[in-house]
Amino acid sequence: MAVKKEFTKGFWEVLPPFRLVLGLCPTLAVTTSAENGIGMGLATTFVLVFSNLLVSMLRRFIPKKVRIAAYIVIIASFVVIVELLMQAYFFPLYKVLGLFIPLIVVNCIILGRAEAFASKHGIIDSIADGLGIGLGFTISLFALGSVREILGNGTWMGLHVMWAGYEPFTFMLKPPGAFVCLGTMLGLINFISLRMEARKGSK
Amino acid sequence: MSLGDFLLFIIGAILVNNILLHRFLGNCPFLGVSQRMDTATGMSMAVIFVMTMAGTITWIVQYYLLVPLRIEYLQTIAFILVIAALVQLVEIVMQKTLPALYKALGIFLPLITTNCAVLGVAIINISEEYDFVNTVVFSFASAVGYSLALVLFAGIRERFALARIPKVLEGTAIGLVTAGFMALAFSGFAGLASH
Repeated sequence: MAVKKEFTKGFWEVLPPFRLVLGLCPTLAVTTSAENGIGMGLATTFVLVFSNLLVSMLRRFIPKKVRIAAYIVIIASFVVIVELLMQAYFFPLYKVLGLFIPLIVVNCIILGRAEAFASKHGIIDSIADGLGIGLGFTISLFALGSVREILGNGTWMGLHVMWAGYEPFTFMLKPPGAFVCLGTMLGLINFISLRMEARKGSK
Repeated sequence: MSLGDFLLFIIGAILVNNILLHRFLGNCPFLGVSQRMDTATGMSMAVIFVMTMAGTITWIVQYYLLVPLRIEYLQTIAFILVIAALVQLVEIVMQKTLPALYKALGIFLPLITTNCAVLGVAIINISEEYDFVNTVVFSFASAVGYSLALVLFAGIRERFALARIPKVLEGTAIGLVTAGFMALAFSGFAGLASH
């Protein structure tokens, strides 16, 4: 049961980047379309799961004082693997995400999970945690990418979904739109959780 | 490059392609330390210092170590290690030689290792194939742009203490929306330099 809890908490309780306000740069930069959001999310999930696994396996051997440096080396190695794999098999996506693939190294979600979770828990729990948080992050990016793509371009996953003659709201695709859209969605999630708490309290 | 081009290059890096609001690098510390003006200025100084040094040193590492050895694919690992080591070194040296500055910047230095703007600038320098002088200038100008945005944003955020903000938007949410409007204002500089 504990494993299931570690897995599911990533989808609501600590849903990144809304509940854990970490990893904002890729969130804002690559979500100009739903597809890019998924690509970035899955690349991050891959690194997160494997770095959690390795950090958890090595947690008794890594000296406390150099742990951050050790985690960064582990994470950077997996990022290079992802980078090379994407160059080989998903080249168009690699081109679009560009700079933000190497920058997964400094995505604070991954270092944060290594430090806060994987260094204190067993292997199975750490994988569940990495998978849950990673997929939660993917869903968030997908949602944000969908909103921005539909409003800003009138398409969703490359298909036209808005009515003919829809005037695309290009503000959404520009940098300011990313900030405003993420802020509004965060407000919406706060609103939902406040309502849920109020309902729990009144029962 | 003529002097005019050079000036446009600098203005472009500071205002037009602002590293924070246009390229989306370094947003976590941007939202994290901008609650108060003094932490924002401290962070800005630390970023200017480290980013200029990191940009310069990673350029040297790339062209005098990675390229001759033909291991450019290790760029990410090499750069992040250089930055982490540099931050540690700066911290130790500063503590011994400039205790006053260390006291002011001390707590911000470890945070910079995970500031993606530093690694981002290092990678942009390489991918845009800047020469050495351009690298140093671009790293410094980007850091100045980062600081400008951070300090302005902290100034706005301090006023939030007096404003009545809807409960659901408190904290990060209103911060993001504000950053959006700042980015909109900065995009007004787009006509200054077409880069």
